[in-house]
Amino acid sequence: MEFILNPWPWYISGPLIALVMALLLYFGKTFGMSSNLRTMCTIAGAGKFADFFNFKWKDQVWNLIVVLGAIIGGFIAVEFLSNNSGTDLNPTTVTELKNMGFKSPGQTLVPNEMYSLDVLASPKALILLVIGGLLVGFGTRYAGGCTSGHAITGLSSLQKPSLIAVIGFFIGGLIMTNFILPLIF
Amino acid sequence: MKALKFLLVGIFFGIVLVKSEAVSWYRIYEMFRFQSFHMYGIIGTAIASGVLFLQISKRGLIKNIKGADIFVPKKENGLLRYILGGTIFGFGWALIGACPGPMYILLGTGVWSMLIVIAAAIFGTFIYGLLKNKLPH
Repeated sequence: MEFILNPWPWYISGPLIALVMALLLYFGKTFGMSSNLRTMCTIAGAGKFADFFNFKWKDQVWNLIVVLGAIIGGFIAVEFLSNNSGTDLNPTTVTELKNMGFKSPGQTLVPNEMYSLDVLASPKALILLVIGGLLVGFGTRYAGGCTSGHAITGLSSLQKPSLIAVIGFFIGGLIMTNFILPLIF
Repeated sequence: MKALKFLLVGIFFGIVLVKSEAVSWYRIYEMFRFQSFHMYGIIGTAIASGVLFLQISKRGLIKNIKGADIFVPKKENGLLRYILGGTIFGFGWALIGACPGPMYILLGTGVWSMLIVIAAAIFGTFIYGLLKNKLPH
């Protein structure tokens, strides 16, 4: 049981993520998590404001069910399949983050400094979460996919547009982590 | 029954992403600082396995549930939308440490403030829909 309760190594995890893609393709669908954001806009009535949201959202219900499953999966993983061993980060990363003011790097999945409910009383944390969400939601649709649609499905099927998008993901990510995060924290 | 298989795939996806630590904000930070191989290993082996699966299915050795060929939709050709949209996405991904899949999964792990991120992401997609015709693609 210990190998299930401990964090899984990358060489097990990667192929299992590919299995998720393979299963969805086998069921005649595709692996793309960000499409759900558009579906939710349509359900909320966004079609009145932009034609982009006028599509048969009922054809996407299966994907919303995948989302529901993912939420349940997250719950099962932390409640029943974990031993709270924490994340084994590079010591350099830990020192660096501590110097930036993060108290317990790797002890939780997300930093309390950004996500704990107490922090929500501070405008800074709230603004960061909102800006981050807006960037992801806008960027993913502009790019026509996210990590699942472009990095996994698109690159697995050797598509050039996905390679360009993933290069974009890294340009943005590298700039944010190396140059902007140190200014924020 | 039709819905159940998608629910099970979703549950499996959620478990894998938590156990692999791909939903960890810290792992994303570490990846963009080139301080660990972990995330590159995950993404690399996922793509390698995916290529293998699609190459086998392309030769007709694996069919879908209806007996037809495995079909991956083609992305439209383009440059600007992918590089610009991708970069904007990357800014957000590195800031909040979560892309659209992990957002939902982290909510399931009890990170309630993720609801704010999800609401903002839905609104971000809405803004894209409003501006779509004015943006270079």
